[in-house]
Amino acid sequence: MGAAPDYSHFVKTDQEGRSRLDLAIDGITCAACLDDIETAMKRLPGVILARLNLTSHRLAVTFDSGRIDSGALAGALEAIGYRAYPYEQRKVEADEAARFTLLLKCLGVAVFAAMNIMLLSVSVWSGEASTIAPETRDFFHFLSALIALPAAVYAGQPFYTSAWTSLRQRRLNMDVPITIGVFLALTLSVYETWHHAPHAYFDSAIMLLAFLLAGRVMDQAMRRRTRAAAGNLAALKGENALRFEPGAGPEKLELVPVAALAAGDRVLVRAGERIPADGEIEQGSSALDESAITGETAGKPVGAGDMAYAGSVNGEGALTLRVTAAGHAALIDEAARLIEAASAARSRYMRLSDRVSRLYAPAVHLTALATGLVWLALGASAHDALVIAISVLIITCPCALALAVPTVQAMASGAFFRAGLFLNDATGLEKLGEIDTVVFDKTGTLTLPEPRVVNAHEIAPDLLALAARLARSSRHPLALALARSAPSNAPLPDARETPGQGVAAPYEGGEARLGSASFCGVETGASADEASAIFIRHGESWAKLAIRQTLRPDAAQVVAALRNKKFRIYILSGDRPQAVAPIAEFLGVEDWRGGQKPADKIAFIEELKERGAHVLMVGDGLNDAPALAAAYASLSPIDAVHLTQTQADAVFLGERLAPVASALAIARKARALMRQNLTFAIGYNVVAVPVAMAGHASPLFAALAMSGSSILVTLNALRLRGPGKSVTLAPRQASGEADSAPRFSRLAS
Amino acid sequence: MNVLVFLIPAALALGLLALYGLFWSLKRNQYEDLEGAAYRVLQDDDIEQKK
Repeated sequence: MGAAPDYSHFVKTDQEGRSRLDLAIDGITCAACLDDIETAMKRLPGVILARLNLTSHRLAVTFDSGRIDSGALAGALEAIGYRAYPYEQRKVEADEAARFTLLLKCLGVAVFAAMNIMLLSVSVWSGEASTIAPETRDFFHFLSALIALPAAVYAGQPFYTSAWTSLRQRRLNMDVPITIGVFLALTLSVYETWHHAPHAYFDSAIMLLAFLLAGRVMDQAMRRRTRAAAGNLAALKGENALRFEPGAGPEKLELVPVAALAAGDRVLVRAGERIPADGEIEQGSSALDESAITGETAGKPVGAGDMAYAGSVNGEGALTLRVTAAGHAALIDEAARLIEAASAARSRYMRLSDRVSRLYAPAVHLTALATGLVWLALGASAHDALVIAISVLIITCPCALALAVPTVQAMASGAFFRAGLFLNDATGLEKLGEIDTVVFDKTGTLTLPEPRVVNAHEIAPDLLALAARLARSSRHPLALALARSAPSNAPLPDARETPGQGVAAPYEGGEARLGSASFCGVETGASADEASAIFIRHGESWAKLAIRQTLRPDAAQVVAALRNKKFRIYILSGDRPQAVAPIAEFLGVEDWRGGQKPADKIAFIEELKERGAHVLMVGDGLNDAPALAAAYASLSPIDAVHLTQTQADAVFLGERLAPVASALAIARKARALMRQNLTFAIGYNVVAVPVAMAGHASPLFAALAMSGSSILVTLNALRLRGPGKSVTLAPRQASGEADSAPRFSRLAS
Repeated sequence: MNVLVFLIPAALALGLLALYGLFWSLKRNQYEDLEGAAYRVLQDDDIEQKK
């Protein structure tokens, strides 16, 4: 086990021949870590540069690959107490970063232009009350045009491209009326300036862009931070596999990251280890715990020739696996087919803001047209009628409307982040706010993904500690579960394992034994769940440790809180009904089903949907992925298999179920705020449009109305956070457990 | 009113200078690690080199 893993798969080489490795780091708690880590890295021979990013918790190391091995870098970090794993930047994250930079540049340009134009406009407005020489006014308008036109071309890029894409797909989004508004305001102003007219709207057009960009920058900043943290978590979950070195003798093994495995590689999976990749078993026989895939908790016996799926846990025997390309497994194909069918219905969901803009744009443009025609019919000149029609468009330009949703979204994803949730998709937030029915999977969702000792409180503490120390010498699945649920202790020296029986070690003059009943010499009555019990004996004292899937610590509390909030709750599990019943009973859920195949789960959800329910599916297994896609909204824990996570609207961290309740509470609140904001923005138009239609929309009025409404909408969105605004349903308990949520909440504060 | 001939260009120039500053800092990745930069000042690795 001592060999350092080979991370050369992740190492990049630059032009000067230096190697570079990016590592995601876990365990950074304070600023002093920065010094610790960088100094430790620089002390290693061959390290040229090490730079830790304290915001994203990533370390970039530049080193000479001839003098130091990539695995040794991670080893050195582990030695000073930080867990590290190579981090591969995904394309999405790079794209988000580039987009953020572009938005920030656009915002900079827009703010610069808006400030300078305002300087000129304010002079013109205050001059109008007294006297201003027409030449000076024209000069100011000319200067404004000079600043506004290039600025609008640059700063408006995000809106123009988005409006164009949407038009090409024959849809209308909010950016279409924005683009039209900006374009018309600028054209009209240039025309008026040219003809020495008193009114120009350069300030409105640029200010509109500045406000909208500020909203988008806020949204993007939050999304980027969430993605960075999610990327780190994904990297730190990365595991290593023992691969038979290709071409070398049959006994040569090397430790490589799972990402480096390719089809045809042969890997060794020892007892108790997780299967690193889908593959066919070549040698060995064992029992696989496939609960992450099917929800079934009882082990499945396998032998040579059987398939093993990534994510299942190996039982007692060592297996040699030939890796097959992912996607060939019948089970995964079936899941993918069901997902595809189920997500067709899902993509029909239309975002709140798109729904509004689909009605809004035609309504506004028709109003402007009607206004122009009416003025023409009343005898106004063509020029005046056109100016008034355009001013209606400028006034109604959807500044507040376009800010109404993104500002709330940014605040809500911040709140999600602090509650230990990562939002995959912004529409998920809106959908979560409409949920009235929650369907839980059992294995890995209501229960913890790994089994634990359930009767720890009945056992003498010293005996339990002794058992945990013995367990550390064994890789048997039950021993691993035991070691996980007890506080960490050094393993006992001279422990000997009898395969399939137990572990024994000399202890305090006698012998301590951990294992099966016969191995420990304990007489027990026949009990039904013999497979999940393990015995400890030291001298005359002995105890039976029952090891089972345990509920998440706050599952009962969260389910009760949800029920109080009038959510209907169901449990759908792929596990045997006998295993589901006690859990459903304990949680007080009357409506539950066991032994459900993925298609059964979909059918159940479809049936609920037909009755008009908005269903939230919470699940983690591969068998849940189609159901997640079929449900109205979906959540999955961070330990879920990859395919399932990509189907979920949001992923939650940690051992607790509380984030599920928080997600629903935050989303409800956010949805209410979005509706308030949209109502307000539409109400503002109802008031402002008649003024514009009457021909009284001066540039000053337009500027005041636009900025006033935008600021109000933004302030309303800020109500989602701030002192005393805790939006959790169930009380969150302070915990010192190995729960990563608090650590990441520090990032967000 | 002649003073405008100086004041307006001066205002624009100052604004442009700030804008240039923003673009420069974005290009140099100055916003990549806002937390770390504050503590990096306190590192005394440069003192070791002098010894």
